[in-house]
Amino acid sequence: MRTKIILALGAITLPFLLRNLHMIIFLVPDDLEQGPVYRIFYYHLPPYFVAAMGYFTAMVASILYLVKKDQKYDAIAVSATEIGLAFAAVNLITGMIWGRISWGIWWAWDARLTWALIGWLVYFGYLVLRRAIDDPTERAKISAVLSIFASASVAITYKAIEWWRTQHPGPVLSIRTGGGTLDPAMENMLYENTLALLLLGAIFLLVRLRQEEVQREIDGLRRFVHAGN
Amino acid sequence: MTMLRHAAVIATKDLRSELRTKESINSTLSFSVVILLLFAFAFDPSPDMIAEFGGGLLWIVFVFAGALIVNRSFARELPNDCIDVLVSSPASGASLFLGKALASFVLLAGVECICLPAFGILYNVTWWRSLGGLIGVLALGTWSMACVGTFFSALTVNLRLRELMLPMLMYPILIPSLLSAMMLTNTLLTGQPIPSDFTVWLRLLIGFNIIFTTLSVYLAETVLVR
Amino acid sequence: MSGPAVAAAGVWKYFGDYPALRDVRFELGEGECLALLGRNGAGKTTLLRILAGLSGASKGGVAIDGGDVRASATRARVGWLGHSIGLYDELSARENLRTFGALYGVKAATISEWLERVNLSHVADAPVREYSRGMRQRLAVARAFLHGPRLLLLDEPFTSLDDKAIALLQGLLAAARADGATIILSTHQIREAMELASLVALLDRGKLVHYGERTTEMLNDPGYLYRTYGSAA
Repeated sequence: MRTKIILALGAITLPFLLRNLHMIIFLVPDDLEQGPVYRIFYYHLPPYFVAAMGYFTAMVASILYLVKKDQKYDAIAVSATEIGLAFAAVNLITGMIWGRISWGIWWAWDARLTWALIGWLVYFGYLVLRRAIDDPTERAKISAVLSIFASASVAITYKAIEWWRTQHPGPVLSIRTGGGTLDPAMENMLYENTLALLLLGAIFLLVRLRQEEVQREIDGLRRFVHAGN
Repeated sequence: MTMLRHAAVIATKDLRSELRTKESINSTLSFSVVILLLFAFAFDPSPDMIAEFGGGLLWIVFVFAGALIVNRSFARELPNDCIDVLVSSPASGASLFLGKALASFVLLAGVECICLPAFGILYNVTWWRSLGGLIGVLALGTWSMACVGTFFSALTVNLRLRELMLPMLMYPILIPSLLSAMMLTNTLLTGQPIPSDFTVWLRLLIGFNIIFTTLSVYLAETVLVR
Repeated sequence: MSGPAVAAAGVWKYFGDYPALRDVRFELGEGECLALLGRNGAGKTTLLRILAGLSGASKGGVAIDGGDVRASATRARVGWLGHSIGLYDELSARENLRTFGALYGVKAATISEWLERVNLSHVADAPVREYSRGMRQRLAVARAFLHGPRLLLLDEPFTSLDDKAIALLQGLLAAARADGATIILSTHQIREAMELASLVALLDRGKLVHYGERTTEMLNDPGYLYRTYGSAA
């Protein structure tokens, strides 16, 4: 059943992504100021939304794990965090590429980039912590607690970095969000690509979840074998 | 309240142990002074530069010192399995955490009391102009380190590579409070009163402390019972 | 008191893949003394730690006097003596007992009494680091009994005790029993355990393979239990 869902989603997402790619390269109008290079934006902002959804899902799953102690929530938490990290990395890297091309620098300490980097490090720490704990139950519990701390921290850091950057004016690199300044064709493309990437993220999540479940089944079988001795 | 009483017992015990052995105090103090020296070589700062980043520099020293101190916090319970005796006692996980965080706070404050004059001497800074405000900010920033650090000390106490994992996990999470403390300390070191648009940093610092103290107290029991 | 002093219901404990405890269930009445036997790795320490509130069961649960193990009131009545001595080397005997005692609400006079009882009054203010092994053992025992626990959980308490310490512990346990306290002790020193115990339990690879009265056969021939109920190898 799960495989059918994954395949069905795949059948929808792949053509969707290809169609978006085609439109982004050929059909969407140029930006007045930046010319064609701004198109990387369609692979910069949507991944941010997917990553945010991933982290949010991980937080909810972590809370649910601590309340219900069901291992499946731990599987969701780690899968969602990994997906979030992957998309956040895409967000960071595309941001850096765009910055390099548009402004000639790979990095700048503006609010968004800095916050993205901190957030990435925090959740990467989550994965590193998981590696250091062998016992699955203990690992699930400790990572759930860390995930809650991470979420609180990332939320607060968002505001903190924003205030930091409005206090100290530097090179203005604020990335425009889908506000009223965008051509409707661009704005629609943005939403469409967000949807496509969300679907892609969902596929990755389901595959990763499947991996975790198979691992748990193997653990259970191992227990069964041990118990028989 | 019993929880506070138990926390006081734990805090007193930690402080007594530390003052008896002086294990982390000695190494932390010398480490901090060395860092101050290294920064002087790295930047060779003029008074104007100090006015710009003196606060940041101080807090980096405190943060390194902080990691050393909180690392000991739960690690000191490992020899002879004292942690088992504490967890099986009527003291709740929350009071164990609170007591240890208080002890770490006091130890860290002690280190800061020595670093501050050292900083003043080595960098030629009169730091006591807004002493009241400075002490307030130091207290708030130090509590955020003690609180988050002690909690993570509990989280990582049984892990291999604890000494490495603890700072790695702790520092990114502390960034909002460190940022606020640095901003505020910078201004206070120059002796001017806090400008009105800086109260946002104060609020952030206080808010951070409230949120993370609550989270830590609430989750301490979960972490300590394996 | 509601129900048995100690009740374990369908307790399982996993460490990763490994089931350290498998469906352990038993009830222990107040005032009984249970000797928990089993080979190394059988799960004795794991079970005791769950009863002491140091660990949580993966499945099933335990109740002390009908109440939750982690409730503060429950833990105030439990005394724990694990493998290690559970004392701070850098503090003195008096400071150690004062610290732990303060968590249980023990008075200063009681602490002095106990220091006297375990023959450590004369060195009470020296750091524990300077004590001989026997002295440390005696102090550990004092720490466990200090607050007059109604339930004593002892994990291999006789291991590496010298004769004086063994005699001391046996005396204290007998006195506690006479006072109506409940005792569970795990041990390899079968002879000492059999003398004290009213009930015996045998754990084999996490399963409770025997739980019943301590018979005279067991007292006279300590290996009897293992041969009768344990599995080969």
